[in-house]
Formats: sequence, structure tokens, C-alpha cells
Amino acid sequence: MKQVFSNPVLVKEIKLRFRSPKSFIGILFYLIAMCIFVFGFILLTTQFSGTGYFRPEESFFMFTMLTYIQLGLILFITPGLTAGAISTEREKQTLNILLTTSQTSFQIIFGKLTSSIAFLLLLLIAGLPIYSMVFLFGGVSPSQLGIIFLFFFLTMLAIGSIGIMYSTIIRKTIVSMIATYGTMIFLSAVTGFIYLVITGMNTMVAGSISSSPVGHFFASINPVVLVLTLVSPGSDTFITDTTKVDFPIWVGYAIFYICITAFAIFISVKKLRVNMNRTK
Amino acid sequence: MIEIKGLSKKYGAFYALNDLNLTLQEGTVFGFVGANGAGKSTTFSILATLLQPTSGDAFVNGKSVRTDANEVRKQIGYMPDFFGVYDQLKANEYLDFYGASYGISEAERKILIPQLLELVNLTHKRYEYVDLLSRGMKQRLCLARSLIHDPKVLILDEPASGLDPRARVEMRDILKQLKGMGKTILISSHILPELAEMCDEIGVIDGGRLIAHGSVSEIQSKLAGERHITVKVKGLLENVATFFEEDPFISSIEMHLEKNAVTFNYRGTEDDQINLLKKAMDHSIKVISFSETETDLEDVFMEITKGAK
Repeated sequence: MKQVFSNPVLVKEIKLRFRSPKSFIGILFYLIAMCIFVFGFILLTTQFSGTGYFRPEESFFMFTMLTYIQLGLILFITPGLTAGAISTEREKQTLNILLTTSQTSFQIIFGKLTSSIAFLLLLLIAGLPIYSMVFLFGGVSPSQLGIIFLFFFLTMLAIGSIGIMYSTIIRKTIVSMIATYGTMIFLSAVTGFIYLVITGMNTMVAGSISSSPVGHFFASINPVVLVLTLVSPGSDTFITDTTKVDFPIWVGYAIFYICITAFAIFISVKKLRVNMNRTK
Repeated sequence: MIEIKGLSKKYGAFYALNDLNLTLQEGTVFGFVGANGAGKSTTFSILATLLQPTSGDAFVNGKSVRTDANEVRKQIGYMPDFFGVYDQLKANEYLDFYGASYGISEAERKILIPQLLELVNLTHKRYEYVDLLSRGMKQRLCLARSLIHDPKVLILDEPASGLDPRARVEMRDILKQLKGMGKTILISSHILPELAEMCDEIGVIDGGRLIAHGSVSEIQSKLAGERHITVKVKGLLENVATFFEEDPFISSIEMHLEKNAVTFNYRGTEDDQINLLKKAMDHSIKVISFSETETDLEDVFMEITKGAK
């Protein structure tokens, strides 16, 4: 653990990130937006609904909305934080010097990734007091929140690793950004659309629903579907019914995103430095 | 200390570096001279393990850049021709970051960093943000950075480029100090007379090929055997010029009225040169001084690369 926190790249990145007022302004605006949503929702429900109180099911609805806001935040901020991690160093002509140091490629990639993830975690943790407002009104268990945060972390890690990978193999930050956002949109929107198309065609062609592992796979890797199954467990049954595959969505999601993370980190580490010993 | 064997780097059909062979002993200060795109930076990048050679190998202290890249990195301090600095990082933090990157303990870094800042005359700037330093200061800081892990070999790619004369002199003084410390230094520069002053050996590279290598005097002697001679006299200059014009080994004679001197290129042997002076004295020319001007390294470079093209 001590070695993790003594990673020079991680320490430097955190130092630089928090010297810039941009980071604090970002957190401030994020919290203001969260507050406006939560307190606005409570105000609308209690004052204008005429009931004067906040029901547990309304609290659950607020929790669901907040969870999707957090997911959106992760999906949109993670590529922005990671897709330029290596390419910016290359563009600023600091990468070559870094690569001649004794640090291993893994240390550099790990430092870059963890510093970005650390900032995102800070955002999530800073939003926790507002998030936990839902506990005041019931309807949501702390374990449910814990599981959702665990999957948020995995999503962050996977998309962050993809961003770092593109940043390593693509020279220009702008192209790396486009590639990372493209992958994020594919994972969060296109996979859902493919799932709908596959299950729809399956029903139309076969007349009755037949087994569709591919459709189940695309549903499993979609973060929006995952959050849906986590906040309302009944939706898991809907996926099973439409694909005839009885395999927990969260397990498929965890396996896929762990593999993606490992693959992206492996490629980043391999491609960061030139292979001096390769013969052409 | 450094051994380069048949090193080549090819981009498509273009050879950036073509069969480079070079051996440098420990403590040598080697000046790499060449025009832009001649292959200097390519050679340095390969030695710094940043660029994969197409063929051949290079060894730093016996370690191959191909198979022992990690070990090579520990032995070298590399300063590229163009480099950036991190915004929002102070000079001492900049060195601290790289010190940590070389695995130097915090306690050691605390001792080392003030010493390095002192060496490059930046002690007074230790709490300044790096991106706010002048170009010359950044160059010096980068040099300090390349020294943080006490490397045996320093690879400095155009360390004085873009610097004003004062900053260049400061950089040259620091390099002289490093030479005094016994470091093996590879340095490329366009300011050739400066290289001549501090280098033990010079290599001239052109079109990816090492076309000349040796000590500064050896390289200079490769210049077609011509020497540049200045004769300062007392009396009428026209007569003196007429006398020297008659000598078959003399060419390009010029009169300098303000100094009352003539200059010319001399192709004869050293004995011929002695005889020439004797004849001038016998001819009642009042010679105040008869001196051979050191050939400028830039002239040598122009002459050698002209032949290679």
C-alpha cells in the first residue's frame, strides 16, 4: 500500500490537479447541481404536491435519479480525465524524459490511472452527504448504495483504463478523446440498442422468444441496464425473459469490465515504451 | 563506456542513421556535429532507449540498449533538444519528482536537490514555478534533472540551442564542471567553436553516416592540409603583399590596412613555412608577428560535409 502512495507519477498528478482552481470549481459546480436536484425534488414533492411529507417510494425515485446522474457523471468525466493522460505528456514534450527514468511502464500507467480515478472518487465521496439524504426518508438500504458504488468504481476503472490505453497508442489527445468517448457511447448506448434489436428480431423471426446469449451479453455490458437491475431487481427477470438466458447481469458486467480493464492496462503498459529488442 | 556497433535506423527507404560505429572511453567528452536531420538526435534517442534501432546495437557501460534497456536508463542522464516542463510545479518539486522516479529516497533527495540547484545556479529559483523560468534557466534545470541519479553518461542534445550568449556561457561553464567530475558526456551542438573548446573528441555526422571522428586537432588536420597565416608587419603593406604573392604555396592573400597585416592560406610543409619566414626577413620585411590562425571548427564542418554531399 505504501508503494502505491509513493508512486511518483501519482503524487505529482494529484499535486498538480489540486493546485489548479479548475478542480475545486468542478467539484463546487457538481455539488451545486446535486443540491439543486435533491432539494428541488424534496421541495416540489413536499410543498407543491399538497401532501406535506416525503414518501419512501418518492425517496426511492430520487435515489434512482441520483444514481443515474452519478452514472452519467462517471461516463462523461472519466474519458475527459484519462484520454489525455499520456498523449498530453507527449504533446507537452515531457513524456520522453519520463520514459528515460527508472520507473516501470506499469508504474507510470498505474500512477496516471489512479490519479484520475482518485479525483472521480473524490467527486463521488463529496456528493455522498447529498446522496445520503435518501436515507432520511427510507426506501433505500445502505447495502444497496454500497453495491452501486462498487459498480461505479468498476465502471470508472474500466473506462479510465480504456482512456489511458487510447492515450498511449494514439499520439494526439483530441483523437484519443474521440476514441474514448466513442467507446463509452458504444458501451452505454449502442449495446442497449443492439440488445433491443436482437431481442426484437428474435421475437419477430422465431414467432416466440428463443434463447439469445448475444442479446444477453449486450444487455450485460450496458451500464444503464446494470444500474436498472441494481436499483430495481425485477428488471433482471425482464432481461432473462427476453433472452432466455438465466445469468445474473451483474456477474456478466463484472467479468466483462474486469477483463476490459486488464486488457487496456496490459496494452498501455506494452505500448508505452518502444520494444528495443524487436527485430524487423 | 559507450560502444555503438553498426547502428542503423531506417524510415521506409530513408536512412536516418546508417551503420554508425563509435567507441568512447570513460570520461570522454564527445561532441556530435552535424546539420539538422543528419542523425544526431536519432543516435541520442536510441542511446536513451527511446527509439528502436533497425539494426545494430549500442552499449552503455557494457549494457545493451536492446536487451538491457532498464539498466541503460539507470546509467544515462538524457536531456532532449526540445522538452517541456510541468505547469504548477516548482523547481525543487520538479527535481524531487524525477529523483523519486529514479527510486532515490526522500532523505537523499533532500540533500541532493539543493546541491544540484547550486551546481546549475538556480538556488534562488527553487520555489519558483518551472513554467515561469526563462529558457536558459529551464535548460539548466533540465540539466540538473538529468544529473539527479548521478549517471555515468550524460547525453545532451543541443543543450545550448536557443540560449542568449550569457546563458550559453553559463551552460558551457556547468558542462566544464561536469567534465571535471569525470562524466562521459555526449553533446551535440551547432555552436561548433564551443564544442571545440570543451570536447576531447568530435564526430561529424552527415546523412546518417559518421564521416569524421577524432580529436579536435585530428579533425582540423583533415582539412586538405591548408593553414591560415597572419603576418603583421611594419612598413608599406603593398610591398609585403607583392612578396608573398610570389610564393607558389600561398593563396587567397588579403591585406588588412587597419592592422597593417596580410593573411593568406598556406599549402606548404612546416619546413617550407620556416623558409618563407626566413626569406621574408632576408627581404628586409619588418615582421612583427607571423602566426598560424587556428582553423575554425565551423570551416572544418563545412569543408567535410561539402565533400560528403
